[in-house]
Amino acid sequence: MRNEAINEKSPWQEITEGNQIYEAATSRRFCTGEWRTSTPVYHKEKCRQCLLCVPVCPDSSIPVREGQRQDFDYDHCKGCGICGKVCPFGAIEMKEGK
Amino acid sequence: MAIRERLSGNEAVAYAIRQINPDVMPAFPITPSTEIPQYVASYMANGKVDTEFIHVESEHSAMSAAIGAAAAGARVVTATSSCGMALMWEELYVAASDRLPVVLALVNRALSGPININADHSDSMGARDSGWIQIYAESNQEAYDNFLQAYPIAEHEAVRLPVMICQDGFITSHGVENIRLLEDEKVREFVGEYSPAHYLLNADEPMSVGPYAVSAYYMETKRAQREAMKNAKRVILETAERFANLTGRKYGFFEEYRLEDADYAVVIIGSAAGTCKAAVDEIRNTTGKKVGLLKIRVFRPFPEEELAAALRDKKAVAVLDRSEMFAASGGPLGAEVRAALYSAKSRTELVNYFYGLGGRDITVEDFKEVYRKLEELDKTHVVRDMYAYIGLRE
Repeated sequence: MRNEAINEKSPWQEITEGNQIYEAATSRRFCTGEWRTSTPVYHKEKCRQCLLCVPVCPDSSIPVREGQRQDFDYDHCKGCGICGKVCPFGAIEMKEGK
Repeated sequence: MAIRERLSGNEAVAYAIRQINPDVMPAFPITPSTEIPQYVASYMANGKVDTEFIHVESEHSAMSAAIGAAAAGARVVTATSSCGMALMWEELYVAASDRLPVVLALVNRALSGPININADHSDSMGARDSGWIQIYAESNQEAYDNFLQAYPIAEHEAVRLPVMICQDGFITSHGVENIRLLEDEKVREFVGEYSPAHYLLNADEPMSVGPYAVSAYYMETKRAQREAMKNAKRVILETAERFANLTGRKYGFFEEYRLEDADYAVVIIGSAAGTCKAAVDEIRNTTGKKVGLLKIRVFRPFPEEELAAALRDKKAVAVLDRSEMFAASGGPLGAEVRAALYSAKSRTELVNYFYGLGGRDITVEDFKEVYRKLEELDKTHVVRDMYAYIGLRE
């Protein structure tokens, strides 16, 4: 059985052996952004695209397209605030709440 | 034709490992199991096996490496005793819940403290809830035979659980006995190639092993694990039957020694069963009294119904525990046998003894005294000591 078919209503007979997951990158479906208690806000006009914020993000929640960082992936950003600390230009502001 | 040899229990298990030629052996030495990885290392150095030995810094790491290798798709073996197994504690549960068919050669030794290197079952009995299949041996022959059956049980698609093959420290591990060995090619045919359906090194199927299970999944996972343990009962018997066809040596969940018509029965695990058999023979031959023995081979899964059927109509039963559980009542075997008999609505008299802790000897005379007390209990129906000791100075 595919793991995506297993949900919180699945009976024990349908749980995979040892909860094994037989596909890749399923963590995308796990929205860790729900845990967030403070939220980074991206001010595009202040951003110089230095990309210092990208590698320090523990949740790979700063997507980059053609060398340019995009807005946050709020489905997975846990709001840790490291990106805001490393940004030299004040382009990332932390706000209370989701 | 079988090969006739004389080997210690540790040599016999190492010999079986050579014949099976597992892929990976992470191990850390501890008395009295040290010889097993030592002999296997010699086989490696002499080119007799192509097993990868992982030198680890502790038993915690040994079982962690065993889990990693098994998840990768390798056939894995390790060996330990006593405190070594205690240091594996966390990983024992992980190996079982991740459904990885690791095989552990356990040479039973008392847990500290006080520190002691001799045989008792406190190590494996402490791990009885870890989800491992546990199979115990009376003799070197049984340790060898059980080891050969371990992988076919562990790796069976309906089981996929780790297996502990237990033998008594020094008594069998270092005692040399006559033994019948199988030819290498027969062992390889019996054990077979290991080809897991899912494994981490399969580039065609990315997978995750051991993910987090929130409360919405944990209970269903444990129920599925229990089903595997229930399935193991069938697979253990099927494997034993296949082994009997190959060797003529028959195994089940337990051995019944002159038990069928017996009035008084002893229930025991491990090497002391041999001493008990001598007492049974002597009593029967000299007095004609009907005494018998039930020797547990498979403790996990626990053969509750089968055991109760074998004991329920006895007049009195003594269950002998070689480990404490400090319930301030009895030992683990005593508790489980009593529960099995209660479920079967048996009214047989039952007492529970502690014996052999930390390697204390038990003799034929000791067993004769146990049977004498069972007879007295049957006459009086007064239990003087529900939880008694054998060989204790008091």
